[in-house]
Amino acid sequence: MKFERFGIGIAKGLSVTLRHLLRIPVTTQYPEQRLTTSRRIRGNELIWDKEKCTGCATCAKSCPQGTIQIVTSVSAEENKYKVEKFEVDTGYCIFCGLCVEACPYEALFMGYAYERAKYRRSELVLAKEGLLASAERKPSGYFRPKIEASLPPQTLLLDGDRGKR
Amino acid sequence: MAVLPADWPGGFWVHWGVFVVIIFVFVLAMVMGFIWFERRALGIMQARLGPNRAGPFGLLQPVADVIKLLTKEDIVPAKGDKWVHWLAPVVAVAPMLMIFAVVPFQGGASMADLNIGILYIVAVSSISVLGVFMAGWASNNKYSLLGAMRMVASVVSYEIPVVLSIIGVVLLAGSLSMQQIVMAQDIPFILLQPLGFLLFFIGACAEINRAPFDLLEADSEIVAGFNTEYSGMKWGLLFLAEYGEALAISAIVTTLFLSGWRGPVLPPWLWFLIKVGAVFFVIVWIRATVPRVRIDQLMALAWKFLFPLALLNLLITAVEILVFPAVSLWVLVPINIAIMIVLVILWSRLFKLGWGRVEV
Repeated sequence: MKFERFGIGIAKGLSVTLRHLLRIPVTTQYPEQRLTTSRRIRGNELIWDKEKCTGCATCAKSCPQGTIQIVTSVSAEENKYKVEKFEVDTGYCIFCGLCVEACPYEALFMGYAYERAKYRRSELVLAKEGLLASAERKPSGYFRPKIEASLPPQTLLLDGDRGKR
Repeated sequence: MAVLPADWPGGFWVHWGVFVVIIFVFVLAMVMGFIWFERRALGIMQARLGPNRAGPFGLLQPVADVIKLLTKEDIVPAKGDKWVHWLAPVVAVAPMLMIFAVVPFQGGASMADLNIGILYIVAVSSISVLGVFMAGWASNNKYSLLGAMRMVASVVSYEIPVVLSIIGVVLLAGSLSMQQIVMAQDIPFILLQPLGFLLFFIGACAEINRAPFDLLEADSEIVAGFNTEYSGMKWGLLFLAEYGEALAISAIVTTLFLSGWRGPVLPPWLWFLIKVGAVFFVIVWIRATVPRVRIDQLMALAWKFLFPLALLNLLITAVEILVFPAVSLWVLVPINIAIMIVLVILWSRLFKLGWGRVEV
């Protein structure tokens, strides 16, 4: 005789809903509470390291969208390329991260920020100075294990941290 | 426990005026509180938060909702029946308010201690069905009409087990007056009438169209049911009627089965409010748990399960009272609980839903 059919099933269901009263809600109240994102997030933009970049344009070749434009000139006395123009139209960028993986000198990073929406398309085109790292524009740990190690771990729903959620 | 004179406080008209105010304030405040409570409790049970923006803990959310409803445009369907469309919310709300005339808030504290109180409730509460059906009819909309017809079908069916299980209580109490029923409950009738309580609670949930019996507004099937074509405060009144009936059912369950205002230490009116809140919590809890039933399951549950069990319950109660009047009521408590379990299990084995799937 299966007792599930005689109200036990409903009683089990009731106990489940009652236990949910003590459970931490999944909802995050976004503007006030922010979850820590994944350390390897491929955020809203690219970060460029001006010092390390040699202007080799490997990133531009690897880009499936042709988003990255590089113009270089040779400076004879220093015997290296000088980057005249480094321009990324993030409106076309699909955030695949191939450019970051392709860079042989670790000069390009994905962004850690995710709240970088703009009001105009023209603001999405990032040129040399706009691509540098700053306080809001931190590099993410995507394909960069050293940076990943320095970032805080992601908040998971498993953690049950009431302060974060 | 002494019952206060029925015309407390003061003379007839003072009593009348005071209780009209009390009932209006009680119903409106409790309904707004219940709406808030239901949304919060449902939210937490579903791992959400529920409304928490307006005021502390979102307590002002119902106020904001009412302001929104008051400022919304009132739309009457072009080919609808205008007068009936206007009248329907009133017809739905007024009986709901009339129920509270006999609800005892504490000893002697009810608007009218009718000696046929529970009969009056059964009679009055069925009028609001008419309001809902008028709303469905006047909207000139197939979804509204379908929802209203489902409502009428379910209420007419569930009225029978509900009334039959009320008779069990009346047999035990020996009176139809709500005050007397409470005074008779030295043992809460939920212990003496466990089966009757179960049947009454299921039937009452179906009558006020709470989940899992909320077929009249099954939004996945018929948009919003009878109030599809309503907007603004007329919709608000229909909503008020719905929650007011939930409040009324909570109050009636408290009075009939949970010994009303009686309880130790705390003041009686507070006991009454606590018990009403607890019953409403159970209603919300069931809503969060059980999925909506189909229309054939709804009808089958009423006629094949609740109705015969209610008859048996009535028979057993009558036998207990007539044949064993000398037996202490405490002896009957375990016997009745055992009878309930055995009957529910036996009847569940007999209970079948049609013969397999029926294609129409």
